[in-house]
Amino acid sequence: MSTTATALNSGPKTAMRRQALVLTGLFSAASAMLMGSMLAIWLQFRANAPLRESSDGSKMLRDWLPENIKIPEVATNTMMMTIVVTCIMAQWAIYSSRRSDSNHTSLALGVVLLTAIAMINAQIAVYMQMNIGVRDSSYTMMFYSITATMTALMVIGLGFTLLVMFRSFASRVSDHDLILAHAVYWYSLTVIFAAMWLVVYVQK
Amino acid sequence: MTAVETISPTSSGAGILGGVSEWLMTTSHRRIGRLLVALSVFWMLIVVLVGTLLSVERISSTSDLVDPTSTTQLFSFFRVGLIFGVMAPMTLGLALAIVPMQIGSQVLAFARAALFGVYLWIFGMVIVGVAYIGNGGPGGGDPQMVDLFLVGMALVIAGLIVVSASIATTVLTSRRAGMTLIDAPIFVWSSLITSISLILTLPVMAGALIYVAVDHSYTRATFGATDGVNAWIGWALTSPQIFLLAISTLGVLAQIVGTMTRGKQPLRGGLFVGIGLMSVALVGTVTQSFYALQLDGELSDIAKSLVPFLFYNALPILGVLIVLGLCLLAMKNEKAKPSAAFVPAFFGVAMVLTGMLGNALLRINNLKLSNTVFEEAVLVYVGYGVILSSLGAIAYFGPRIWGRKMPTMPVIGLGLLGTLGIVLAALPYYIAGFTDQPASRTTGSLGDNSQIWNSVAALGQAIFLLVIVAFVGLVVKSSRDGEIANDEIFETAQANV
Repeated sequence: MSTTATALNSGPKTAMRRQALVLTGLFSAASAMLMGSMLAIWLQFRANAPLRESSDGSKMLRDWLPENIKIPEVATNTMMMTIVVTCIMAQWAIYSSRRSDSNHTSLALGVVLLTAIAMINAQIAVYMQMNIGVRDSSYTMMFYSITATMTALMVIGLGFTLLVMFRSFASRVSDHDLILAHAVYWYSLTVIFAAMWLVVYVQK
Repeated sequence: MTAVETISPTSSGAGILGGVSEWLMTTSHRRIGRLLVALSVFWMLIVVLVGTLLSVERISSTSDLVDPTSTTQLFSFFRVGLIFGVMAPMTLGLALAIVPMQIGSQVLAFARAALFGVYLWIFGMVIVGVAYIGNGGPGGGDPQMVDLFLVGMALVIAGLIVVSASIATTVLTSRRAGMTLIDAPIFVWSSLITSISLILTLPVMAGALIYVAVDHSYTRATFGATDGVNAWIGWALTSPQIFLLAISTLGVLAQIVGTMTRGKQPLRGGLFVGIGLMSVALVGTVTQSFYALQLDGELSDIAKSLVPFLFYNALPILGVLIVLGLCLLAMKNEKAKPSAAFVPAFFGVAMVLTGMLGNALLRINNLKLSNTVFEEAVLVYVGYGVILSSLGAIAYFGPRIWGRKMPTMPVIGLGLLGTLGIVLAALPYYIAGFTDQPASRTTGSLGDNSQIWNSVAALGQAIFLLVIVAFVGLVVKSSRDGEIANDEIFETAQANV
């Protein structure tokens, strides 16, 4: 008795077209939606914050950012500039990879790694300088939530850079798509960070 | 065609362990998809059972079938379980199993990531289930369990996003040479739209969830403590988010009709447009707005609310009508060959459409249907409609995966019985909604005729539960002992329909 059932075969093997790039694009879109929703809620809370008189009584202010909290603007502005540098370095990696220049590809990716670490380090420095607790107020709770989520996205970017860099060290410089995808992720992170920087650190 | 699955009556001892290991570590899209579908069927049974219990409890306000302190949690569980435990994984599971075959790819893009996503979903749903048992759902009494619920939901969302990304990447990158997106089978298109919709909407829910979770863990002041959970993520548990999970029902129906008519689908591009129109719900979802119609006031005020109301509520309905109309047009073909799977697939879409029409009524403020059981009926119509359509999809695609036919008459019978169950389970709540029977409650003012409506609804839930159990039995039986499928079923499986 035959016990073998036939089922539809999957078909011939197909050439995969830029899988890493497409996946990174989708993940970047998801990241943008995540941070976009958090920023929208942030703006909603800020807009609905009650009004109070300024300390000199000359104008009315939104009672949103507690008076005792000072955002270290030097560190946050440096972060903004650093992430732009990260993008330039990621683009340098693409440029070198297209020319099969393994040394410069690795060097560029190494700089991306360093700048990414610097960004995360700067964020920790911002937390330490501000010296605020999560429980202190609605603002502090939301501040930690949104900035920590952004940092988590950067840690993912750091991991991505490490992966691409190790492949580059192994002389797999033909991974153009992966290096391109890596750059796309950092571009999207830059746009997302710029939005967060403007809303949370500049407009406060 | 190749024999790709061997159904062996015996397995060696090492084979069992090896078999389990193979399933747990598999990169086969068929297995990952079937794993997700099987687990969503498990949740389906639990959720429909809970729905039946709640309907029975509603028959009498003095009933003590369910502990009164648990009813709020059970209503919440029904909603969360139906959407994240059944609709989403069932839709994605079918796509995982079928889409690569339809586009002529041997593998799923990032198959290990997809498997990881499935595991995230499994652990997340287990955690969510445990949290509910410990009184920790939205509005729950145990704060630590509510924290656990939020963690579980985060894992569920992450898992579904990863699986969706794998499906979308497969469709976009792994089609056989020469196959453009417009050439791809219609089920592939609907799976792509569903996946991208989930990738864009679930992170929005995740963003709110992060705030709520941090607030709940530390201060419980800003986002309304346990009651705030529903206020901030409730939009993801109702329309229009649930419409996004119903998009693939259109793909299933159009695919079956395409096979029945051997690819002779007039105005095929219209199917793509119809499915795309349904995804307009995406915009309503990410803005977390319902766009209600207000019929009071000046004509300009009415027009002001009418335009967004029509855009967000009527366009998705138009999309469904276009697909239904084109499918019926194709069926006029004299050579159309009947298929048993058409019955559950067609009535599944009809139920979804009924739910969407009900949702449009719900959004007319003057009817005052919000917070009544009418809202629950919309969820039941859409959610159960998706389940019914999925049964049709399993009946249609199943033999192409395991190589054995499913019997025709039982599939048609269960499809019709399932439709009857859904109508009985939901229609009374449409009626009771107009008598102001409150939502998510088993006591209080239930209206004059509520006992009749609630009894009918309970009967409908029980029938639907029975249909699911019977269908599972039918699938198990036919996949083991069913008639071996002949070449005929493969003829149009990869046709451009």
